[in-house]
Amino acid sequence: MTRYTGAQIVWECLVREGVTTVFGYPGGANLPLYDAMLDYPIRHVLVRHEQGAAHMADGYARAGGGVGVAMATSGPGATNLVTGIATAFADSSPVVAITGQVARQFIGYDAFQETDITGITLPVTKHNYLVTDVRELGEVMREAFYIARSGRPGPVLVDIAKDTQQAEIEWEYEDTPLRLPGYRPDRRPTAQALAQAASLIQQAKRPVILAGRGVMQSGAMELLREFAERTRTPVAMTLLGIGGMPAEHPLNLGMMGMHGEAWVNQAIQQADLLVAMGMRFDDRVTGKRETYAPEAKKIHFEIDASEVNKNIPVDVALIGDLGDNLRELLPQVAPCDHSEWLETIDELRGDSAVRDIKNLPDYGHLYAPHAIHDLWRLTEGKAIVVSDVGQNQMWAAQYYKHSQPYNYLTSGGLGTMGFALPAAIGAKCARPDMEVWAIAGDGGFQMTQAELATAAQAGIKINVAILNNGYLGMVRQWQEFFYERRYSATPISSPDFVKIAEAHGLTGIRVTERSQVEAAVRQAQQAPGTAVIEFMIEQEDSVYPMVPAGADLHAMIRRPLPSALTESADSDL
Amino acid sequence: MQHTLVALVEDKPGVLNRVASLFRRRAFNIESLTVGHTEQPGVSRMTIVIDSNQTNAERVTANLYKLVNVIQIKDLADQPSVMRDLALIKVSAPPERRSEVMQLVEVYRARIVDVTNDSLIIEITGDVDKIDSFVQVLQPIGVLEMVRTGLVAMARGAALGQNGNGNGSGNGRVQ
Repeated sequence: MTRYTGAQIVWECLVREGVTTVFGYPGGANLPLYDAMLDYPIRHVLVRHEQGAAHMADGYARAGGGVGVAMATSGPGATNLVTGIATAFADSSPVVAITGQVARQFIGYDAFQETDITGITLPVTKHNYLVTDVRELGEVMREAFYIARSGRPGPVLVDIAKDTQQAEIEWEYEDTPLRLPGYRPDRRPTAQALAQAASLIQQAKRPVILAGRGVMQSGAMELLREFAERTRTPVAMTLLGIGGMPAEHPLNLGMMGMHGEAWVNQAIQQADLLVAMGMRFDDRVTGKRETYAPEAKKIHFEIDASEVNKNIPVDVALIGDLGDNLRELLPQVAPCDHSEWLETIDELRGDSAVRDIKNLPDYGHLYAPHAIHDLWRLTEGKAIVVSDVGQNQMWAAQYYKHSQPYNYLTSGGLGTMGFALPAAIGAKCARPDMEVWAIAGDGGFQMTQAELATAAQAGIKINVAILNNGYLGMVRQWQEFFYERRYSATPISSPDFVKIAEAHGLTGIRVTERSQVEAAVRQAQQAPGTAVIEFMIEQEDSVYPMVPAGADLHAMIRRPLPSALTESADSDL
Repeated sequence: MQHTLVALVEDKPGVLNRVASLFRRRAFNIESLTVGHTEQPGVSRMTIVIDSNQTNAERVTANLYKLVNVIQIKDLADQPSVMRDLALIKVSAPPERRSEVMQLVEVYRARIVDVTNDSLIIEITGDVDKIDSFVQVLQPIGVLEMVRTGLVAMARGAALGQNGNGNGSGNGRVQ
């Protein structure tokens, strides 16, 4: 046995968990942790605001780097993490947040920079700990990582009193089984449920698979493909499910829900069987629940039992790891032929391609779909794309086609503006060999733009595409559609983003026409450090199609026909 | 309709807060919640009564299971079980009405646990209906103060935490 301080125990555990990078900010209550850090093989990325640290850890985890780690001091440092923790929680991202707390003797006495961060984060963490006894610290750290990554992953916060970080004990890292009598991440469905599912699948005439983020969480991409191919079942993706099946796969219909293509939602509405895999029937994918897929039986592959029958009642629930359950189910399912149904879906596509703005001729205006379509083409669809929230997010989801998993990262559940830039930095740290693009609006980018300095200081090379339309675009769109174009508080001015980039010693490029997109993307790619491209896009363009919130899923606002667009564009001239 | 759940939880700081926070966040309506020690050191037991017209018991159970410190939950709705509530009731009892109160105490098999010149404290244990009814007959005499523990419950037969479905085997109601 050797003597260790609490702070050293934390790092000993982190290193054994395979952590190589942490994102954080030092302060009074985590000084011992930061002091001990210098003796360990850890890359520390100093953020500019702790929210950025949480998003970076989240982006790191989503990109496939394993559990992401964010660190902050007590009080304001800890509370600044909260938005990022809630973001990770909403999308089941494995993050461990480590905060310093005031010394035990001061806890409860409103000491300087004291805040009850375990109380504050109770509803937005999978679990959290306040550690005031150094003898418990090693086990708590092991539990934190185990809970964060197992079952339905999620963020875990460990709050450590300063005197606990300083306290010394004889200690040895133990690899013994954890004592978590109430934690059961490994539930399995009954054989009967699997048989019922198999029988529904065999009887279905118009099945659709709904693939969510659980596909990638479980690493079940190949099994999903095998299942879809064997049963000839088309696959609709949730926003967070994008990448779970290659976009170019003939059975991949694309994104469902509020901004999914019309035929995808129509297929769901006409289906006689929905096979939901690792998705939770969020209101953004179901529209009005009462009229959702009225003729469909529903099978729900889900790791979290509390998600079953929460939003949409299902006929068969297969609780447990998706990959395990698919592996068990596949041998019970005979090949099917749904060519008639697939033809019907093809017919549902109708004139959608004609309406697709990316097929619109270039007549001088710069549309966001053009910029993103071109970005997809120029990066050969191989980049990690981290979108912010709002119109930019939907356009990124619609027009950047991913053939690989873990390459489209976005804040889906919480919808956190400001996510893109820090999460992209985190993603780049997880997969340094990848080209990483953050796509953000002018509003969201300004929320966390200070993290440009983080990228500059740490020498992290990403590319940033700001889609600048001078509005908080998605809110403006809702005001246009549902509030008689009364643009309340949505026009937003921006600093000169090119100069902002340059002020950080980074590359800044402005694009005002489609013809400039390629050169700008190439310049950004070749820039040694982070590059920022500001795309001056059409100001009042909207994301189509759209299911208004709470409306029937098939009642979509379609994209206007190009003739209408061209006319209105001409009249602007 | 009332629905009773029994949860075994780890006896760790903040566990009650986690349960209460969950109920608040999910807008679960609870009628009562009691916590106490069990036969196992380190394990506490909660009896949770919900109004199942407003709150789906399966949803409550599934969400409770997500709390890392919750070890086991038993739904007593379809189980033969013993349910008890305890009340302390301070009633106005001037000498001229005291015998009347004591008769009622006798009828309800309650106990007088404190006596002063003009009031009594009565302890009564029983199911919820019995206590409700007792309180009702005391009202005209004058209930000055009352406290109830909330329901505690236990399924008949096999013990919680043991293997098997725990369905009560006994059918004799021992009072």
